[in-house]
Amino acid sequence: MSTYIDLLVSTLTQGLIYAQLAYGVFITYKILDFPDLTVDGSFPLGAAVAAVLMVGGCDPFLALLAAAGVGALAGLVTGVIHVRLKVRDLLAGIITMTALFSINLQIAGSNLAIGRDIDTIFTSAPVMALFGGLTLMQRKLIVSAVLALVVKVLLDLYFKTRSGLLLRAAGNNPSVVTAIAKDVGRAKILGLTIANALVALAGAIVAQEQRSFSSTMGTGQMVFGLATVIIGTTIFKKLSFVKGTTAVVVGSVVYKICIQIAINLGLPANLLKLVTAVLFLAILVLGNLQKGKVKRHA
Amino acid sequence: MLELKNITKVYNPGTITEMALFRDFNLKVADGEFVAIVGSNGSGKTSMLNIICGSIPVEGGDILIDGKRVNSLREFKRYRAMGRIFQNPAVSTCPDLTLLENMALADNKGKCFGLQPGISRRRVAEYRDRLADLHLGLEDKLNVRMGAFSGGQRQAVALVMATMSPLAFLILDEHTAALDPSTADRIMELTDRVIRENKLTALMVTHNLRYAVEYGSRILMMDKGQIVLDKSGEEKRATTVNDLLGIFNQISIECGN
Repeated sequence: MSTYIDLLVSTLTQGLIYAQLAYGVFITYKILDFPDLTVDGSFPLGAAVAAVLMVGGCDPFLALLAAAGVGALAGLVTGVIHVRLKVRDLLAGIITMTALFSINLQIAGSNLAIGRDIDTIFTSAPVMALFGGLTLMQRKLIVSAVLALVVKVLLDLYFKTRSGLLLRAAGNNPSVVTAIAKDVGRAKILGLTIANALVALAGAIVAQEQRSFSSTMGTGQMVFGLATVIIGTTIFKKLSFVKGTTAVVVGSVVYKICIQIAINLGLPANLLKLVTAVLFLAILVLGNLQKGKVKRHA
Repeated sequence: MLELKNITKVYNPGTITEMALFRDFNLKVADGEFVAIVGSNGSGKTSMLNIICGSIPVEGGDILIDGKRVNSLREFKRYRAMGRIFQNPAVSTCPDLTLLENMALADNKGKCFGLQPGISRRRVAEYRDRLADLHLGLEDKLNVRMGAFSGGQRQAVALVMATMSPLAFLILDEHTAALDPSTADRIMELTDRVIRENKLTALMVTHNLRYAVEYGSRILMMDKGQIVLDKSGEEKRATTVNDLLGIFNQISIECGN
């Protein structure tokens, strides 16, 4: 019984950590309507930056901020390639992603372990002072939940600012942004910057959680993010009062639970990405079918 | 004062489908004029509006606003002093944002879009007043998604949004063409009122000859990139729909139809 509870706690933790990535993909895919493949590169970028800084003695929370900052730069690059150099959205992301693979290797090599003697955000002094009585696993759940909540609240507040409103308008109907004498391109670049900061933040938290960086840890993260966003927004489609950010957190948790169930049923870990891809395709096709139904009924 | 000087516009230059629409095209619109523009499809009406707004580049000539050359000014910057309403009601508003959010966007035109609250509660009463002016009951639907409104309602909102902040030119690109006749009439009356009240300089492309005759202080007819009729003042008032139809038919005959 207790192993099942442990499993549930760790799966929930995973879902909450990856919620940061889901926020990022939510901004690009759902708000800006931009399929941003930078994610597969900015996720390990965040992990690499955090791992290297922490091995060098940096505070784990500062390492998170630094990772987010560097991730923002990656998003900025994709944005500039797309908007100013007029490269198609998918290709702009692929270019940055490919470049980041080499950059990540330069930063942290192909693998980098964060030793047991180094404090992570889950074992650092302030966290221990508050939750020292709990097990590491419980602390991981609490810290990732708090981080997911803090970022969610900040994003919800941001979407209500003028800048956030402009971002939503830019994705929804670019001609309105032009009509109010604002540069749509600039809004897009800003959105990509914020999104990739969040994706890199996710990478940094994951690196701290598993105490390691690997250059291949970004593979498939974009598809994971998309699946999460689509699951989340589909679940809450009928409930318009549920915010998009809330929906994608739920999507992320649901997704991680699904994968965990598949593994428990005996799915070999090597087939994970294949299953992810098939699952993603299924979600997309089901989503399309639903849309078709609505149209036929209307 | 808006001026197009010796404009040359060539579509698909250097290809087999090269088509020169404008060669030395000239137009002057004085402040406060309300110009109705008619002409058959392909005569260059919308291209002219696109050139003024910077949506398409020109191959030659000058676009002058108050004597300043704006050729190299990017489209979004030209909109600082311009408002434009398109034929398709979906173009001028954000369907997934609420009416209130759309109004707030338009209200903040020309201002800095930083981390201030997107919607200022103090301004909501003003939005309500402006919407109530439309007599469409929209003032009570501020929190409804824009996409849920009809084409006529959206076009009316677009008109309010375009004129929320001070502007020099209002560009109307067949803005009643997608509406049913009675809604189109209402939007047209509303447009005329807004232009009068704000003393705007307006350019209106329309296929409705009655609107072109009844509204505006000047009428232009275009054909193949040229102005074939230009009347204002008394002459404009004396122009009838039949006069316009006569010229249309004449052009058709010349074309061999």
